[in-house]
Amino acid sequence: MSDYNFAYLDEQTKRMIRRAILKGLAIPGYQVPFASREMPMPYGWGTGGVQVSAAILTPDDTFKVIDQGADDTTNAVSIRRFFQKTAGVAVTEATTEASVIQTRHRIPEQDLRDDQILVYQVPIPEPLRFLEPSEVETRKMHSLEEYGLMHVKLYEDISQHGDIATAYAYPVKVEGRYVMDPSPIPKFDNPKLEMAGIQLFGAGREQRIYAIPPYTQVVSLDFDDYPFQPTKADHACDLCGAEDSYLDELIVDDAGGRMFMCSDTDYCTSRRKNGHVGAQGVPFKEDAA
Amino acid sequence: MTPLLQVENIAKFYGARIGCTDVSFDLYPGEVMGIVGESGSGKSTLLNCLAGHLTPDQGAVRFDTRAEGLRDTITMSEPERRMLSRTDWAFVHQHARDGLRMNVSAGGNVGERLMAVNARHYGDIRAEAIDWLGRVEITEDRIDDRPTAFSGGMQQRLQIARNLVTGPRLVFMDEPTGGLDVSVQARLLDLLRGLVREMNLSAIIVTHDLAVVRLLADRLMVMKDGHVIESGLTDQVLDDPQHAYTQLLVSSVLQV
Repeated sequence: MSDYNFAYLDEQTKRMIRRAILKGLAIPGYQVPFASREMPMPYGWGTGGVQVSAAILTPDDTFKVIDQGADDTTNAVSIRRFFQKTAGVAVTEATTEASVIQTRHRIPEQDLRDDQILVYQVPIPEPLRFLEPSEVETRKMHSLEEYGLMHVKLYEDISQHGDIATAYAYPVKVEGRYVMDPSPIPKFDNPKLEMAGIQLFGAGREQRIYAIPPYTQVVSLDFDDYPFQPTKADHACDLCGAEDSYLDELIVDDAGGRMFMCSDTDYCTSRRKNGHVGAQGVPFKEDAA
Repeated sequence: MTPLLQVENIAKFYGARIGCTDVSFDLYPGEVMGIVGESGSGKSTLLNCLAGHLTPDQGAVRFDTRAEGLRDTITMSEPERRMLSRTDWAFVHQHARDGLRMNVSAGGNVGERLMAVNARHYGDIRAEAIDWLGRVEITEDRIDDRPTAFSGGMQQRLQIARNLVTGPRLVFMDEPTGGLDVSVQARLLDLLRGLVREMNLSAIIVTHDLAVVRLLADRLMVMKDGHVIESGLTDQVLDDPQHAYTQLLVSSVLQV
């Protein structure tokens, strides 16, 4: 037992957040305002995601946290420990074993099942924000479905860069109605937004929650003559050899040497455990760094 | 013939003060109406009431919609009104900054209205933008520049292109030549006159510059203290003003 109420937040707050989540699920892609609480971490570190996770966790859940795909970065480790301490839930690094996965800016490579929930940390939930600074105006645009401005952004991309240069936080239209910011996931992940699991998005500082129910239609915006294209580094993972995963590029020395590796650490590790080896990789050994 | 716009007894009050009151007129297709008067005479208030930016306290503004004929734009729903304002209507602001997106390229500014009515082909949108920039005498190589890099006159011409790209039938203009020097004004007026004739536009132009209405407007309304004090054919009103204030206004123009 811990001295905290289960999952840190008090029951009233969790109820309030669950109501926002239910409303969000009922209106896919719609940003539901909620009374975001102070959390023991700074804004921008996932306060929205943490509140959503706190509201949906049960004592039987197995919790996984990833930050840019990795289980072992500061943000992921501290949020995982936070719920270990305040909720006493089981934690894991394996995507398939988790029932709740909180993520910052990635969707796991492994397809999620219908008994899994993906919780996103969202910095700026409003896709129209950089084009229209007024919240009153953007809410009106959402309610009247006036989304021409979103294409102006893509038009500007093509006119300046010859192609749609937006590589992350690529705007999508959910179930033919609301234009939504999928949080800063790479556009490589956009096709995965149509999945079996429930997806919940929490923006703590901006006080918004939104959701995509399972098997919901999610279309990335584009032009007829410049169709949406998910992109990744044109390379295979140097550790596990995967050619279908999103890659991080690392500079490894001062001579410009570099390597590409899966950003999803669990995906990479489980592939290496199964005997896959990349160009610069070594066969997997327990306890090896 | 059905009027394109039928204004009946419009009044707008700011508390106890009068914005404008008792304004009625009909505007027919292809007709240009000028509204003149000194600052504070209620001409901008009237224009904003007509264009749906302000809600008048009484009266009706009926517009001849393509689908359903004359409809009161004040009582129609907001989505319908906003749809009108990006298809059949256009609004040219006095300050180009109010009517343009200053951090979006010229091409994007012109294309926005097209994309707002679901144009989804980049090549077509761009071709249309280039065509319209040409019509307002902005060269093609400026298409990817932002309006911040444009002169005042160019910004105003860009604003006009952005507004006319969807082929509106009614254009509201609020001091379209205000703040421009005279030679630029002359070119802009020439351009506007050409576009109005060529596209058979109806327009309502608010200005305090009598030369502008003499060149552009078929009919004229003179406003003072929120009331219309005189109206008629432009040259008739300007050459033979009846009301004392109109006489003052006409005689106040500097002769060079």
